[in-house]
Amino acid sequence: MESLTNRSKPVDRRPMNLWEKIYLPAVIKGLGITLKHLFKKKATYNFPEQTRPFSPVFRGLHILNRDEEGRERCTACGLCAVACPAEAITMEAAERKPGEEHLYREEKYAARYEINMLRCIFCGFCEETCPKDAIYLTETFAPANYQRKGFIYGKEDLLIPFPEKENQPVTEKP
Amino acid sequence: MLLEISAFLVLEKLILVAIILGISLFIAMYSTYAERKLAAFIQDRRGPNRAGIFGILQPLADGGKLFFKEEIIPEYANKFLFILGPAIFMITACMTSAVIPWGSTLHIFGKDISLQVADVNIGILYIFGVVSLGVYGIMVGGWASNNKYSLLGTIRAASQIISYELAMGLSLIALLMITGSLSLKDIVEQQSHGVWYIVYQPIGFLIFLVCAFAECNRTPFDLAECDSELVMGFHTEYSSMKLGFYLFAEYINMFISSAVMVTLYFGGYNFPGMHSLHVSPNTLTILGVIAFFVKIFIFLFFFIWVRWTVPRFRYDQLMKLGWKMLIPLAILNLLITGALMLYLHH
Ligand code: SF4
Ligand code: SF4
Repeated sequence: MESLTNRSKPVDRRPMNLWEKIYLPAVIKGLGITLKHLFKKKATYNFPEQTRPFSPVFRGLHILNRDEEGRERCTACGLCAVACPAEAITMEAAERKPGEEHLYREEKYAARYEINMLRCIFCGFCEETCPKDAIYLTETFAPANYQRKGFIYGKEDLLIPFPEKENQPVTEKP
Repeated sequence: MLLEISAFLVLEKLILVAIILGISLFIAMYSTYAERKLAAFIQDRRGPNRAGIFGILQPLADGGKLFFKEEIIPEYANKFLFILGPAIFMITACMTSAVIPWGSTLHIFGKDISLQVADVNIGILYIFGVVSLGVYGIMVGGWASNNKYSLLGTIRAASQIISYELAMGLSLIALLMITGSLSLKDIVEQQSHGVWYIVYQPIGFLIFLVCAFAECNRTPFDLAECDSELVMGFHTEYSSMKLGFYLFAEYINMFISSAVMVTLYFGGYNFPGMHSLHVSPNTLTILGVIAFFVKIFIFLFFFIWVRWTVPRFRYDQLMKLGWKMLIPLAILNLLITGALMLYLHH
């Protein structure tokens, strides 16, 4: 059968010759290789003191974004939940009441918005699919927790804080 | 004559025993640390580095952990044998150090103190005897656990140690033909003025080395433990300090077999140029002890180095290597040595 990548090597099943049967040459070669590794640069990061630099496209924990006036962008359209391959997102929509215009940008908003970080595979499809630029993946990751329910992140965990002052720009990921 | 053992001699020997036991335990403790560090370095990692600087207190932390672990004895295990197993293994591991000459003599308080607990004239036979008792520790422990993996590990360990002891003994006979003595002290003294016996017996040494790996249950011959197939082999059911004894005794065995190899083939406490050095006999003895330990450390490093290089042998390969290669080779070595000795004498 034609292999997919042409990179597979056929296994050599010939019986071992005398040179191979005495094992020692191969053992000595192996010892040489491991000796070289003894002096190589270590690949480990000393984690708490030293953190590993992430790549610019790293996809970590989600945030729910606000617009320039500090209003929630999400309109609870549910597209992210549909796009999510891991079915990690749940939400409940609610209608914006008069007088809440400074809180929510659209007439419909997410009253409840939860992402289960144990299910999420951090694929970023939610970010790509969102028509309102409401959800983004950041550069942090979910910290450890003692219980499963600690990994279900609600709106209070996801939503970026309300800007205190009017002139303070809302941080938005480019 | 034999009954005239003075109190001083008893005291002297007791102190020596205490020191040697302490040193072997200490070295075994730090071999575990060296093992973990070297394994890490070979695999491009850093190894334990949290307990103390460079993780130097790691063995203490490990020991403390094992000590405070819950003691579990399986319900269907034979309680007496279950406890006896690790005890035998540990005791036999510590016993072998008695006949190894750690150095020549020290002159203190106007007396000659030999740095060897007992200069038995059948030192090598004693070591072989005690080492082969060690397999009972494995067998008793594995059998008493009442667990199929333990039993499989036990069977493997027993058959492996028995098959490799044969080749080891045969390779040793060739050496003994040259030395003409079974006392380890004599063997070391002979190497003091001549060359080291590795020069006369390279093949014998190679066989001895391979067998030593097998006797210590070290990779590539760690079929008795065999983590990936038999969980932990004969000590699957063990926990707490009894497991600690098994693991620890293995490192002591490693240390002792390094010491035996150094004694037999690498001149023991002799080092090149020791007779042209103009220092007092006591200094020379201490230098000799240091040389002995340096050689042992090189062997310990080698043991660890091999463990992280060579994968485990398959069971049939192990048996083939033992019976079909090492034993014939050892016999051949024996014949060649004998023939050469006869030829050179005439
Ligand atoms: S985050 Fe975006 S895609 Fe998801 S419900 Fe809100 S607006 Fe729709
Ligand atoms: S990153 Fe992927 S898996 Fe995670 S919530 Fe978004 S769409 Fe679902």
